[in-house]
Amino acid sequence: MGDLVQHLINGLAAGTIYALVALGYTMVYGVLKLINFAHGDVMMVGTFGAYAVAVGLGRPAQSSLLGVAAIFLVAMGGCALLGLFIERFAYRPLREKPRLTALITAIGISFTLSYGFQLDFGPLPGAAPRAFPEIIPPREWLVFGDRTVVIWNWQVISLLIALLLMVALQALVYRSRFGRAMRAVSFDHRTAALMGIPVDRVIALTFMLGSALAAGAGILFAIKDTVVQPLMGLYVGLKAFVAAVIGGIGNVPGAVVGGLLLGLVEEFVVGYSSSSWRDAVAFSFLILVLLVRPSGLFGTVTAEKV
Amino acid sequence: MASLPAPLRGVFPVLLALLLLGALQVVVGQLPFFVYLSSVVGVNVILAVSLNIVNGMTGQFSIGHAGFMAVGAYVGGKLALEMKDLAISGIPHGVSDQLQLLASLAVGGAAAGVAGFLVGLPSLRLRGDYLAIVTLGFGEMIRVIVSNLEVFGRALGLSGIPQTSSFMMIWMCVFVVVLVARRIQDSAHGRSLLAIREDEVAAEAMGVDTTAYKVRAFVISSFFAGVAGALFAHFVPIINPGSFTFVKSIEVVTMVVAGGLGSISGSIVAAVVLTLLPEVLRSLFLQVGGLEGGAALAQKVDQIRMPVYGILLVILMLSRPQGVFGSRELWDAFPRWWGRGRRAEE
Repeated sequence: MGDLVQHLINGLAAGTIYALVALGYTMVYGVLKLINFAHGDVMMVGTFGAYAVAVGLGRPAQSSLLGVAAIFLVAMGGCALLGLFIERFAYRPLREKPRLTALITAIGISFTLSYGFQLDFGPLPGAAPRAFPEIIPPREWLVFGDRTVVIWNWQVISLLIALLLMVALQALVYRSRFGRAMRAVSFDHRTAALMGIPVDRVIALTFMLGSALAAGAGILFAIKDTVVQPLMGLYVGLKAFVAAVIGGIGNVPGAVVGGLLLGLVEEFVVGYSSSSWRDAVAFSFLILVLLVRPSGLFGTVTAEKV
Repeated sequence: MASLPAPLRGVFPVLLALLLLGALQVVVGQLPFFVYLSSVVGVNVILAVSLNIVNGMTGQFSIGHAGFMAVGAYVGGKLALEMKDLAISGIPHGVSDQLQLLASLAVGGAAAGVAGFLVGLPSLRLRGDYLAIVTLGFGEMIRVIVSNLEVFGRALGLSGIPQTSSFMMIWMCVFVVVLVARRIQDSAHGRSLLAIREDEVAAEAMGVDTTAYKVRAFVISSFFAGVAGALFAHFVPIINPGSFTFVKSIEVVTMVVAGGLGSISGSIVAAVVLTLLPEVLRSLFLQVGGLEGGAALAQKVDQIRMPVYGILLVILMLSRPQGVFGSRELWDAFPRWWGRGRRAEE
């Protein structure tokens, strides 16, 4: 019983991270119809930014309320700029080209970032994993009074942030002027442009938003994993993409549900077999979903027009 | 060649290549560094040309090629380990070794072909970027499954596979894959593949059984990836799941994209250049830079390879998305000299 509950909690905690990264994925896909393969690596860059700020602040300051806020703001702001840069120089020139061209570019950016950060000349961090400072001092709650079921404070904080962001993003997409512009661009960006919507600006802002979300998710991921390293984004990014597809890509609540579901399934499969199967779970789940219900759990089925 | 009777015309180039490579084997077979280098290059050329059949000719973007390479490497390697103590009597030792190698290449390739069929059948229903992600997923799943199997040594991999890959065998395989790719390109089959690449719906409307063609292209491509993997297993001291991550797949994709989607000679040139460049730079640094500085620089070459591939992909997509060669071929420059320039497309 305790085992089961603990797996449930761990699964939800892992799923929370996938959900947060998937939110950024789904926003960008929703607007651009582009699998932003580099999303996970933008997350990695943001996490390294947060690491640098936290180390720069030093021990007492980094876990004060102001310090934590500064860490999040700098990392998210930096990533927003990085996202803007990537969109402007790598994706925008390819917008009218076949979609695969943009996908290959995204793969290229992903490799440039993740392996570029493994170099160790100049300011680049090098390949070695490093301990992420405890910016939120870990605290545990023993549910039954002993160690059978343990909940950590950061697990709860991450889950709350994910749910909060989901509600906020949903409101942004469906209740604001900007959200209406986003949906219009997503529907048909040429017509949207004719209707006076600044398509380039909407896409750039969506990218910045998605990248900032990735940075936030990265920090929470680093708190969970306690280390940062240059390749951390590759697999998390892929799995978050899987989560977004499971929930129906382009759908905000779907991304969160998909992320939590993926985290739970992964945790249970690993918990009751062996951890060496972990990486196969997400992909078998993805293939199953795409074969049975290609538009995901909450996606709408669209017919292909010729 | 035109004066030869038809059945001979098919065999003639193979015999010619066999003779040429046999002669070369005698000349260069004694230079270990050259043999190693040409093996690495040869394997990558096979991978790139075979991936080009799917990604270039058929236009289905697969990024899981390393998975099929893994199947070939493990199945072929395991077979070679089982056959290690056997030798065919009555013929020289070296010949017997090569025949065993040929057997494990065939079995490894066939296993990879079967894997390709199993993967292709469901996933080729998907299109474009979804297909790409699913092939990536399958590639990773193959790797995870392999690293969980006791027979394949789990995470440790297989070691002690006889090192029998020879210059001649590798380049014979290269020759065969290029020949097959070219024959496909020039055939009705190849025209159907090109039709699928250009417009799947239109191809279907013209009576092309798109699913069957796509799956067939996928199986052929995986077969040769398996052959490449089995060859690879016969010249590296150890194979483990780490050699077949999706980083390897992306490496091959970079070669195909850089050379030009649909251009066989483009894939060959790109594979040769992208493989030789780091290897040559590394050995150059090792020789020129002295012991310590040279080793450090050589290590830098290894480190810098992947980001360079990444930047290369981005720059290519922005400036020349069709690749350096486009869908043209090197041998179009000498139409009379080679096959009289009758090309299916253009």
